[in-house]
Amino acid sequence: MIDLKGYGPALLDGAVVTIELAFFSLALALVLGLIGASAKLSKSRVAIGIATTYTTLIRGVPDLVMMLLFYYGGQVAVNNLSDYLYDAYDIDFFFQFDPFISGVITIGLIFGAYMAETFRGAFLAVESGQIEAARAYGFSRWRTFHRIILPQMLRHALPGIGNNWQVLLKTTALVSIIGLTDMVRVAEEAAKAERMPFHFFIPVAFVYLSLTAGSELFIKWLNKRANIGVVQGS
Amino acid sequence: MADSAPLICKDIHKTFDQLEVLKGISLETKKGDVVSLIGSSGSGKSTFLRCINMLETPTSGDIIVHGDPIRFTTNRKGERIPADNKQVELIRARLSMVFQSFNLWSHMTVLENIIEAPIHVLKVPRKEAIERAEAYLEKVGIYERKDYYPAQMSGGQQQRAAIARALAMEPEVMLFDEPTSALDPELVGEVLKVMQNLAEEGRTMIVVTHEMSFARDVSSQVLFLHQGVIEEQGTPDKVFDNPDSERMKQFLAPKF
Repeated sequence: MIDLKGYGPALLDGAVVTIELAFFSLALALVLGLIGASAKLSKSRVAIGIATTYTTLIRGVPDLVMMLLFYYGGQVAVNNLSDYLYDAYDIDFFFQFDPFISGVITIGLIFGAYMAETFRGAFLAVESGQIEAARAYGFSRWRTFHRIILPQMLRHALPGIGNNWQVLLKTTALVSIIGLTDMVRVAEEAAKAERMPFHFFIPVAFVYLSLTAGSELFIKWLNKRANIGVVQGS
Repeated sequence: MADSAPLICKDIHKTFDQLEVLKGISLETKKGDVVSLIGSSGSGKSTFLRCINMLETPTSGDIIVHGDPIRFTTNRKGERIPADNKQVELIRARLSMVFQSFNLWSHMTVLENIIEAPIHVLKVPRKEAIERAEAYLEKVGIYERKDYYPAQMSGGQQQRAAIARALAMEPEVMLFDEPTSALDPELVGEVLKVMQNLAEEGRTMIVVTHEMSFARDVSSQVLFLHQGVIEEQGTPDKVFDNPDSERMKQFLAPKF
């Protein structure tokens, strides 16, 4: 066993923060992705416009810049809003931008944009005949969506979701920059204090690797389940 | 309304953008009628069939299912739309459709495909839906394939499963949209055989088809469509052996 010089528990806590951050961000990204894809495929020009602006903007700006913008800019915005509300309406409203929440919002927003593209493609990949058959048999719109379109869409979306998830997991390392005590942050402090970068960063790398490798297996299993009834080309 | 006509279509018109595809098609069926719609590609026969169950909304004209007329209204853009989507869903559940490319739901087994709409749309108890499905699978001769997924079966088997799915709705009228056109020639026979049995049982069927022998031998009424109008209509004997229309004569003439 490697001697972590007493940083072991802190690193473990950091790893838990990393995993929590990743899961909350994934949940937000999936919701935003579904909304974004539905908006892009809708007939409303306003909805298409908003969704397109969102995905173009987010995908064009570096993740780190977005994160700094949200964390520092977000706090300034809250401060200004708070001052304004107090002066104008005598309302006392204030909250501190928490690095964890900022991280979840930023990563969720970024990956929501990628998920939107993944879902959009997946929706389009569902054969129109499948939907037509549902309509012809008296399905309501909602029933058509959740019995036919959703399960078939997921089959097409899963590889993309898996890919996004792996990149998302690694992107969480960026939150150490805005002061969240995740695994990377702890390792960095420990490495500096002990002057042993390899000693602390290599275990961190291994934790990420085992998380991504584990999710890869899980996604493979999900994929297999989702592709029931599909004859794979040999 | 027990003795009213299962399906009446009055003066159906359909225009896509500027193109008028149907120029006034009327059809009246009696119970047990087998109506064949024939004609070359682009004649409007499939569009007409799709108007009957409102997969396409007719630009004008009426559709009456067992005395129950579909209600229409106009939207803000001035397009004709169904007034009551619920009514359309209910009517669709009484007119089941068999598609050219089968359109079995690919993520469900054959049995799941067949019980899906009876359970969720008709609210048949699950146990009864399964019994019904198994009986119809027996009837179309693929009972032993009930746990297969559509992609694991031949085209002919898939289409027979699709027919079982249609039967499980116990529909008043069955709509067939070129049910054998996507099949390899050696598989056409098994599907036609099933359809012939259904006709003999007295089911009301409307069949868009290129199978002239089926139209001639099985149907009670034949409609020959050309450029969106009915060019020739009547019993198979009349339409095939003694047509009035020049176009029908050309259509029947040997091609080589």
